[in-house]
Amino acid sequence: MQRTIILSTLLFSMLLAGCSNLGVKPWERDILAKQEMQLISDPVEAGLDDHIYFSKEATSGGRGFGGGGCGCN
Amino acid sequence: MVDEDLEVVAVAVIKKNNRLTGMLASAGCALLSGLPTQAQAAELDLWDFDTATLIYAEGDGRVSALEPVISATRNFDSETKLNLKLAIDTLTGASPNGATPSDQAQTFARPSGKGRYTISEGEQPLDDTFKDGRGAFSATWSAPINRDWAYTAGGYLSSEHDYQSLGANGSVSRYLNQKNTTLTFGMNLSSDTLNPEGGLPVGLNRVPTFGSTAFSTDFDNSRDGSSDNKQVVDIILGLTQVIDRKTLVQFNYSLSASSGYLNDPYKIVSVIDDASGANYGGHYQLAGNNLYLYEKRPDSRLKQALFWQGKRQLNNGDILDLSYRFMFDDWGINSHTLDLRYRWNLGQHYLEPQLRWYSQSAADFYQRYVTASEYPALDDVSADYRLGDLDTYTIGLRYGYHLREGKELYTRVSFYQETNTGQSGIGKLSRQELYPDNTAVMMTVGYRF
Repeated sequence: MQRTIILSTLLFSMLLAGCSNLGVKPWERDILAKQEMQLISDPVEAGLDDHIYFSKEATSGGRGFGGGGCGCN
Repeated sequence: MVDEDLEVVAVAVIKKNNRLTGMLASAGCALLSGLPTQAQAAELDLWDFDTATLIYAEGDGRVSALEPVISATRNFDSETKLNLKLAIDTLTGASPNGATPSDQAQTFARPSGKGRYTISEGEQPLDDTFKDGRGAFSATWSAPINRDWAYTAGGYLSSEHDYQSLGANGSVSRYLNQKNTTLTFGMNLSSDTLNPEGGLPVGLNRVPTFGSTAFSTDFDNSRDGSSDNKQVVDIILGLTQVIDRKTLVQFNYSLSASSGYLNDPYKIVSVIDDASGANYGGHYQLAGNNLYLYEKRPDSRLKQALFWQGKRQLNNGDILDLSYRFMFDDWGINSHTLDLRYRWNLGQHYLEPQLRWYSQSAADFYQRYVTASEYPALDDVSADYRLGDLDTYTIGLRYGYHLREGKELYTRVSFYQETNTGQSGIGKLSRQELYPDNTAVMMTVGYRF
């Protein structure tokens, strides 16, 4: 158990250290700031999709908490 | 058929939308009427609205749905906002009850116990009284804690005539590497109440035969009260990373634990005769009537999912959006979901083709039917096709038009195709279509301002 924790911590730190070489300066965020570049660019459409797929398939969520809250037969 | 459905639903959409717009407009006016004109304009500038209506219509007269949504966001500063969302949906049509088609006509009692419906030989057993309305409201507050931390807090409420859901959620995010890396921890708790029509059926109990002398006694004996609960806890751990000026990726791990009443109270399972003879593969009869059982699922489910999404703006300005999700749970279901979108920028307009592929394996207790020799020893069983081997495809096209700064009108048309596979029938049953395909058309029209 302890070894798993140490190993995960190590891996996680390495992952984050790797990430520190990536990215942009604050003044280079013009493109990423656009609505269409957001990971969920249209939350209303995403909500409608989640609702449909929740009612028709055995999987939901993953991206967020998505779907649920209905009997959906 | 789909066209007719769409037409009927479209007329209803317009009527419903007018009513909804009217309601919201009067609510908005009441809020603003207390303010002087200049303050009204300034207040409106701080709000973003996002409205859409979805029309969903399945083929062969199955389910049709109409869902108008309005989402309003009040911006307090660039990072602090309150989002309010209201969705109303209306469903009508026919839904499979789980029984297999047969070479004989079949009669089923309505879930309420009042009335019946008859399915001709060779036809899919669909309960055509399916009608439901749902209202859902949610509120989410997002704000920074300091330079490196942010949080969200929210709640939702959803209500149908036979189902209510109440939930609360929250998340904390930590920014690292000049906000190029974001770590997020989120949690959602929900408490649902079911009060199905005709009361709560007992799993694996015999479905009472409509018209039999003992019907009302059998019906009462097959029920266990009128309502039950279901609890869901969701946890999400997420990592979002900016790769360069035009690329970002996200990786999520999520866990979802449900417990309580997880059956679908309206689904049943056919018992098939497997004794050699003239009725081999026909419906098994007990005391002169076909035997059907109410489905029964385990009372808990633990799902885990890994989700990855990448988004990149290409050199020509188009945007590529790809995501993949792998889900596995303790019901024995595994699923893969792949979603690809390509946004083709054409100045003020854009076109976005969308493709989605989904594939799941069946739950351990999924059976299209059970045989007379195995039914007395069952622990759990469901013939709900949504728990079977299933592949679905969605192909869609979204078109958007930017009117002025921040205002957009869009529409999307998608086609959804479902294909089921599974064990083939025995004897007479092998001549029946046990896994019919299902198709649906979805159309969304939206306006953001």
